[in-house]
Amino acid sequence: MSLVRAQALSKVYDAAGVPVQAVRAVTFDIEPGAFVAFVGPSGSGKTTLLNLIGVLDRPTGGRLSVVDTDVTALGRREAARFRGEHLGFVFQDFNLIPVLTAAENIEYPLLMVQGRPAAERRERVRRLLEAVGIAELAHKRPDQLSGGQKQRVAVARALVTNPKLVLADEPTANLDSATAHHVMELMRSMKEQFGTTFIFSTHDPRVMDVAEVTFRLTDGSLEQDGPTGSASHG
Amino acid sequence: MVNVMRIAARNLWRYQRRTLLTSLLIALGILAVLLFEGVAGSFKNLMIGQITDSMLGHLQVHRAGYVASIENLPLNLNLEPTQLERLEELLRGMPQVEAWSARIKFGALFSNFSETTNVRLMGVDPQAEARTVPLLRGRVVHGGTEGPLLVPGRLLVPELLARAMKINVGDTVVLVATNQDGSVNGQTFVVGGILASATGPGGRDGYLHIADARTLLRMAEPEVSEVAIRLRSLDDVRAVQAALSAALDGVADPQGQAAFEVHPWEALSPFVTIARMIDLMNVFIQVMLIGIVLISIMNVMMMAVFERVREIGTIAAIGTQPLRILWLFVAEGLLLGLLGAAAGTVISLAALWALNLAKLTFAFGMQDKLVLAPTIAAGDVLFIGALAVATAVLASLQPALRAARMDPIQALHHV
Repeated sequence: MSLVRAQALSKVYDAAGVPVQAVRAVTFDIEPGAFVAFVGPSGSGKTTLLNLIGVLDRPTGGRLSVVDTDVTALGRREAARFRGEHLGFVFQDFNLIPVLTAAENIEYPLLMVQGRPAAERRERVRRLLEAVGIAELAHKRPDQLSGGQKQRVAVARALVTNPKLVLADEPTANLDSATAHHVMELMRSMKEQFGTTFIFSTHDPRVMDVAEVTFRLTDGSLEQDGPTGSASHG
Repeated sequence: MVNVMRIAARNLWRYQRRTLLTSLLIALGILAVLLFEGVAGSFKNLMIGQITDSMLGHLQVHRAGYVASIENLPLNLNLEPTQLERLEELLRGMPQVEAWSARIKFGALFSNFSETTNVRLMGVDPQAEARTVPLLRGRVVHGGTEGPLLVPGRLLVPELLARAMKINVGDTVVLVATNQDGSVNGQTFVVGGILASATGPGGRDGYLHIADARTLLRMAEPEVSEVAIRLRSLDDVRAVQAALSAALDGVADPQGQAAFEVHPWEALSPFVTIARMIDLMNVFIQVMLIGIVLISIMNVMMMAVFERVREIGTIAAIGTQPLRILWLFVAEGLLLGLLGAAAGTVISLAALWALNLAKLTFAFGMQDKLVLAPTIAAGDVLFIGALAVATAVLASLQPALRAARMDPIQALHHV
């Protein structure tokens, strides 16, 4: 059973009265535990597709099922609940909450989204801090961390709720090559350790090499390079 | 909720200068309100105390129609002995009543044998009068400071009259009054004391013993013009007025008309207009406080939302419910309001304490060197604090709603 199934998925934006086709009737399946990259130049529709899979946006055509849920029908609150329960996000700019420490940032989804008990939160945060190798930075604020350290915190925050799927939009865009490589390795080891499916977007060839499955996007249309998933044009 | 407050508190700490300035603005607003209420309220209460405790009493009972003709001091609208007895019987049964004083008010010609003028006079039982208007004795500026306030044959002369006619304590003067039947009667008196003027009706009246008044007016029956009543608490004025009016409502005069009328001090003193203006200004200044808090909090929260658009996008993306995002920002407004209210209250109470230490004096009307002793009721302090906090919450609602309704994608890509 696919974790993500898109069928003739489309997204058309209205740009000041002019329709812009960001995603053109793409069809693909992503299996659980996959490490998937959507690659393509800027404006190819990578971010739009990730937003659709992340239930942050609604398609204008086709069907999309994520974690056995038809997410095209979800309302605003249901979508928020769905994201909180099943998805994790890693952002290009890390997007940590500046007033919270690294540990508190990781704890945030457990506390403010899922409302988990304190003991469980403490244990999960401790486990994640160790897993991403920043246990000694637990009490540092984001402005006291380097870019790589921030992205490690962001990965830990995405994984702390044990999501089925983590979506990372250009997770290495703001990192130097060595740090980018480390972060990608970290995400892959997290995938091995927690069995989480990772989908990330990138246009960095060095990052693409780490992916097990690569979907190439050109002007909103899709083709598949790698072996695990399956894709077809709509 | 604790966690929401914790994050809100940290965000306020993150923008320390802005938090400090906004809290200070709220604190200044509260300072203005509490100082005004403290000073103006104390002035009002002081003046009410002066008026009720040195002349009027808290309530007055007259024969029906007397107050409408009070400028003429009519002698044909006096309370008759049976009516007075009925009233006194009622007053004895009322636990809120502390004292009462039956008075005869009349106008007379006042002569020092070389000059003559008009004077308004009040015939009183000195003991009952002293219990009913305890500040009266304090108005005696010359003579009469020891022993009874008044003894038969003695007169307390208003200061303005004494000064104008060069009268001193111990001088003999003549009073000539028109009696009820239209005849006139004259009698000599010794000036027993000079009485300082007071603000309000009756503040420039002379006093004599009620027995002398009856003799001068050749009253066959012990009639009185009015009964002034002092209550144990000013707060009971309405209740006692209502109870007295109800009890006296059925009492009719020989013509079948209502025999009594009961008036609170407000109905008898023009100062009530000033008191109401002070109350109105209190409301205005409270509205100004609401305006200050509303604008400052709304402004600062709009800034907070605008600056943290991407942060809002992030927490929305990772699954934070819109309602919780709303609470995050409302909590910041609430904390700002609490901070400002607490600071404002502390500063205000310190300022009021300092004003009390300074013992500032002021003059009002003919009265000089009235000591300003501003105080404020705990209830008023709590009300103003609560008003500021509630306004702060209200003001943060609009920016908070904006944050809660933000589209995560647009917010995440906000530059």
